[in-house]
Amino acid sequence: MTVADTTGTASPARETGPGPGARKAIVATDIDKYFGEGEARTQALKRVSFEARFGEMLYIVGPSGSGKTTMLSVVSGILRPEAGSVVVKDRNIWQMAPDEICEFRLRSIGFVFQDYHLFPRLTTAENVAIPLILQKRPWDEAIAEAERYLKIVGLEGRAHLPPVKLSGGEQQRVAIARAIVSQPDVLIFDEPTASLDGDTGRSIVHFVRHEVLTDKRCIVIVTHDARIYEFAHRILRMEDGQLKGVEDGASTIGD
Amino acid sequence: MTPRALSGEVLLAYKLLVNDRAKFAALLLGITFAVFLMLMMMSMFAGVLQRSSSAVINVGAKMWVMDPAVTTPASSIPMPDYVQDAVRSISGVRYAVPLYSGAGMVKLSDGTFQACSIIGLDDTSLFGRPRLIEGKIEDIYAENGFIVIEDADYEKLKSPRIGAEFEINNNRAVIVGLAKVTISGLFGIPTLYTTYSRAIQYLPQTQFTVSYVLVEPRSAADVPHIKAEVKRLGYLALTEDEFINQTASWYEFHTGLGMNILIMTVVSFIVGLSISGQTFYTFIIENLERFGALKAIGAKGSELVAMILFQSTFTALTGYGLGIGLCAALMALAKARLPDYAAIMTFTSLGLALALVIIIVAISSYIGVRRVLRIEPFDIFRS
Repeated sequence: MTVADTTGTASPARETGPGPGARKAIVATDIDKYFGEGEARTQALKRVSFEARFGEMLYIVGPSGSGKTTMLSVVSGILRPEAGSVVVKDRNIWQMAPDEICEFRLRSIGFVFQDYHLFPRLTTAENVAIPLILQKRPWDEAIAEAERYLKIVGLEGRAHLPPVKLSGGEQQRVAIARAIVSQPDVLIFDEPTASLDGDTGRSIVHFVRHEVLTDKRCIVIVTHDARIYEFAHRILRMEDGQLKGVEDGASTIGD
Repeated sequence: MTPRALSGEVLLAYKLLVNDRAKFAALLLGITFAVFLMLMMMSMFAGVLQRSSSAVINVGAKMWVMDPAVTTPASSIPMPDYVQDAVRSISGVRYAVPLYSGAGMVKLSDGTFQACSIIGLDDTSLFGRPRLIEGKIEDIYAENGFIVIEDADYEKLKSPRIGAEFEINNNRAVIVGLAKVTISGLFGIPTLYTTYSRAIQYLPQTQFTVSYVLVEPRSAADVPHIKAEVKRLGYLALTEDEFINQTASWYEFHTGLGMNILIMTVVSFIVGLSISGQTFYTFIIENLERFGALKAIGAKGSELVAMILFQSTFTALTGYGLGIGLCAALMALAKARLPDYAAIMTFTSLGLALALVIIIVAISSYIGVRRVLRIEPFDIFRS
């Protein structure tokens, strides 16, 4: 694999988004999710259905408490829904055994968390290598691969530094490198710009859109940062646990 | 060990642990300190118990016949001579010999007095004699002959050589040999060996003079019968191990020593558990979200448990080794300065300390594992 293979090259799909006929990365159908027991029981997701396609950067937006993070957790195999199905890469993940879901997530889904959740006692390269180490790849090989991905995200020479020595934007890039190092087909970003200033946030999402997204990869981003809506191919709006609409990314500029 | 020799997850767990130097040091300190305290207590106890039975171990008789009221070798109650003859007549007894065990004040050449333990060996067989390092054993039959044990207390007799003279109860005594025994006595006084007849001649006596009758059974199968016959005589026959155990039991339960050691060991355990448990718990709590992130990325619960168990086991074994090393170093230092220092590190105390350390880390890791298994990756998104 080369760097170009990993990051992808510019393609019409990446500029305009894949058409409705593009291969589906995620198909979520009639998802219901409840929290709490008895009188405290509340419905967080109400029969939510949506699709995400390969080559697409899909945003899930909405106010706090609208259910977007719950939706993200359900489609990534972290939170089991009470009803509905989630098919990722043609596999119904909630019909898998728990360990099988972990393995699937490890190999097929990459995560970038809001607070990055990098280990401060490990070097940057070791942090990036974690998914490969969990895949039982030899340590030295995993570190070498991690260093290669750090170079891809523009952090060459930072491999041996602890994450705390990096700026917020750089830490975000480390988290992105960790998410893509095992070459997952689906990338999940949770509020990627929440801890960054406007310019840095935009540059990170620009980087993701143009360097991380490929025709064979789907990126789902949960955000309520309107400044980055312009990078989305499609935007799902959620409110009160329900999908309120799907918009074209470009049409939201200026929201 | 090279990184290649370890699985990536184990190495990851290792780095997460040792790279947090302050916490790792606190963890090691807790375990090391606990092991050190527990081992010191148990070693001291083991040393005292071993020395309390030194006479039994040094003499090496298979069976000991004594008054039933005897609690320790040092508290012998003299028996009449006929007991020895009666024991000899029991079927299954290969031979039986008397032993005198007592204490006397030795007047040294400079006029000072020194208390001594005096053992009188059977005149005919010299059964239970020490290993001579100078002189000949037959010289014990020479006029006024005594053999001195060259142990930690030997210097209290002004380090006498062969030919040195002193007085015991206004009787002249001459050193005819220097010897070694397996274990020094508990009470910190020198030991002299002589014949049974000379011992009862030199030292002031009660009506009866036989402290113990040492018995050699024909076979192990004869032991129960001999014990029963001795009991019928109104006396008590114990095997060597039984006598040692009885002595240990007496020191454990009648002197407060056992209880004090137990309390100190429990306190050490609690101190170790508190420091290590608290530190390990803090370590887990500080990394909890990151463990949750690992779960979200795809780590299985069993893999995280394995990582935590590796961390706790590694800490435990390192702390255990450091604790043993510290304890051994201090004991060696103490023995170099204090010849009477009794503590000994036994496999039992090492095993007990290891067991207690395992309990400490098991409790610490259980708390950590519970927290890590309970964290939901979903919580990471909500953070």
